[in-house]
Amino acid sequence: MSILKTFKLGGIHPKEGKLSANSPIKVFPLPKTVYIPVSQHIGAPATVLVAKGETVKTGQLIAKGEGFISANIHSSITGKVAKIDEIVDSSGYPKKVIVIDRANEEIWCDNIINSDPNTTKEFTPEEVKQKIREAGIVGLGGATFPSHVKMSVPEGKTAEYLIINAVECEPYLTSDHRLMLEKGDEILKGISIMMKTLNTKKTLIGIENNKKDAIEHLQKLSKNYSGVEVISLKVQYPQGGEKQLIDALIKKEVPSGKLPIEVGCVVQNVGTAFAVYEALYKNKPLIERVVTVTGDSVKEPSNFLVRIGTPIESLIEAVGGLPETVAKVVNGGPMMGKALSNLSAPVTKGTSGILLIDKKEASRKIPKNCIRCARCTMVCPMGLAPYLLENLTNRKLFESSEKEGIMDCIECGSCSYTCPANRALLDMIRVGKSEVNTIRSKRVKK
Amino acid sequence: MGQSQLIISHSPHIKGKDSIESIMYGVVIAMLPALMASAWFYGIGALKVVIFSVIFSVIFEFLIQKYLLKIEPTVKDGSAIVTGILLGFNLPSSLPIWMIGVGALVAIGIAKLSFGGLGKNPFNPALVGRVFLLVSFPVEMTSWPRPLDTRTMLSIPDALTGATPLGLIKEGVAKGEPIAEIMKNAPSHLDALFGAIGGSVGEVSALALIVGGLYLLYKKIITWHIPISFLGTIAIFSGVFWLIQPEKYVDPLYHLLTGGILLGAFFMATDMVTSPMSKLGMLFFGAGAGLITILIRLFGAYPEGVSFAILIMNAIVPLINIAFKPKRFGEVKNG
Ligand code: SF4
Ligand code: SF4
Repeated sequence: MSILKTFKLGGIHPKEGKLSANSPIKVFPLPKTVYIPVSQHIGAPATVLVAKGETVKTGQLIAKGEGFISANIHSSITGKVAKIDEIVDSSGYPKKVIVIDRANEEIWCDNIINSDPNTTKEFTPEEVKQKIREAGIVGLGGATFPSHVKMSVPEGKTAEYLIINAVECEPYLTSDHRLMLEKGDEILKGISIMMKTLNTKKTLIGIENNKKDAIEHLQKLSKNYSGVEVISLKVQYPQGGEKQLIDALIKKEVPSGKLPIEVGCVVQNVGTAFAVYEALYKNKPLIERVVTVTGDSVKEPSNFLVRIGTPIESLIEAVGGLPETVAKVVNGGPMMGKALSNLSAPVTKGTSGILLIDKKEASRKIPKNCIRCARCTMVCPMGLAPYLLENLTNRKLFESSEKEGIMDCIECGSCSYTCPANRALLDMIRVGKSEVNTIRSKRVKK
Repeated sequence: MGQSQLIISHSPHIKGKDSIESIMYGVVIAMLPALMASAWFYGIGALKVVIFSVIFSVIFEFLIQKYLLKIEPTVKDGSAIVTGILLGFNLPSSLPIWMIGVGALVAIGIAKLSFGGLGKNPFNPALVGRVFLLVSFPVEMTSWPRPLDTRTMLSIPDALTGATPLGLIKEGVAKGEPIAEIMKNAPSHLDALFGAIGGSVGEVSALALIVGGLYLLYKKIITWHIPISFLGTIAIFSGVFWLIQPEKYVDPLYHLLTGGILLGAFFMATDMVTSPMSKLGMLFFGAGAGLITILIRLFGAYPEGVSFAILIMNAIVPLINIAFKPKRFGEVKNG
């Protein structure tokens, strides 16, 4: 057996829990009402274009991304704008949402093609970037960074590799896995479009070895596409971190504080490649996505194709309701997802899964003294010393923690996961990072 | 469960299996082979020393935490048991029970709890207890009963009584006898491997210690860095002296098999609280402890030296931690 590639520093192997890996994607019924937040991405919130009482079609632009780093928002159903409201979303803060009540008949925007499109069409790079931007595509792995920004390679840099992040290293989640099995061709077409746009000759699709069927499937399909290679990776969390994935695939370290393009890479999520296909060949904006709904006591762990804005509650209803034993509901995976306080919060572009966690796992254990076992340091994929960062933050020594690299932390949670003394290392590191950010912005002002 | 009772906390939402308890009880299991070997060769006396040492350690920890410090006792975490066994391992099987109590009080009360308990102590508590006893009761601490000949299938020379193999050699060398002569009366390599030698309770059987050490490595309770650098340094340095003057120095293998080197390498130098936090730091720490051990053995007043070497290295761990930071990902060199 050959040794599988992986990243070099740290890493953990939590239980995989991919319960829904064999459940085909089901189209989720259209909800009665959708709640569409105007900020589902990193960057400036979009500006609302519709008013109460207005009728909207499926796919219609309802909020416009302002500035370069922002993203358009489209209506995911046909209906009437009930109100512009605020709702507590998965961030825990109230956010502006456009509430739309569904009409009986679904009418799609005129230019959207809902049948098999002609995929021989050619596009100029400018057209591609424009269309990705119009379609409101963001990184679908959870980071939700606007994709058109990544597609614009800065002056003086070249994108030697397009890297497709199909790692899905978060336990339990299977939305990317199912998408690869069911939409492999579309994904590869989306990839070719991106390769042409970036003027890249080589694409590496990184997939962890616990998805052998997806690896084989894409390997077979990719024979028809030049320069696309599927690479099977060792199962190791957090391989889906951009910097870790680049390291695993091409053995290059993105320098601290820099972007992947520094080492000649553009990284896109596999779901994003599919969205690019839909935007280019079908004129379809990002109004739906695959969401895994799962958990140890969920009767039927499932993968749904869900319209953006669908209340998370209704997804839970669809898998048999909230089991008695569940004490925590997480938007995303168990390592980096956010605990929900409000189950009527909507599915957004970044919702890759809804995870129901049982009582026995949901509450934290009592923290004890650090026993200086160095396990946190050994597992940190960024080579940091989490115990030290926690300690410096506790002592309010923020400048020292900055020197120790606190801003390099990717918040993967490996340190807290591992600590035998149950210390909430990442909680304190987050506090430290925000303090350092404040200090940095003051520095800039001076 | 209704929505209002949902637990809200930051990620990560799952937790690995390791806990302080799992680590401590893992260490206890790893020490059982050595304990059994010791009981085999020294009889009930060895068991008695370890059992009393554990009982004293646990009771002192409980009493001090409950009545003196007035905090929730932490004896359940297993660390007092580990300290107790380790202390017992470092004592001769004939030590009077009250002295064991003194050692445990120093180990738990002074070396551990006065610094703030598990995790805050700079020095390995068991070693502090041992060194305290060694300095206070030098005679009792260095009279080693001979292993029970009847129990063993190995040859046990008569001259063994009352001294450890290294003690014998040190004495002989001081008198100017050639090594070959001395070795005739000292236990063989094979005896040392299985445990038919004089010494403290835990150090008798090299084989049992290696089995325990491999278990710790297999369970990922320790990493290889400290044991290997420690043993490697001793092998290299004693090897160099041996090659230069074989008539004056014993061979490296004999060093490795005797005098608690393996006990130190696998169970004491690896104590996580008192060892460095990065792999490079651990290598430095192990090598330093090995070097000091061999210097003490060859040139110092004591025939052994592991305890002192580890304690000295414990003292400079904070410096090691500053000097050897882990390698950062994508580190940008300033300048
Ligand atoms: S959360 Fe940050 S500090 Fe902790 S292991 Fe991940 S990168 Fe390292
Ligand atoms: S893992 Fe926990 S106990 Fe171990 S060094 Fe890090 S913070 Fe301390």
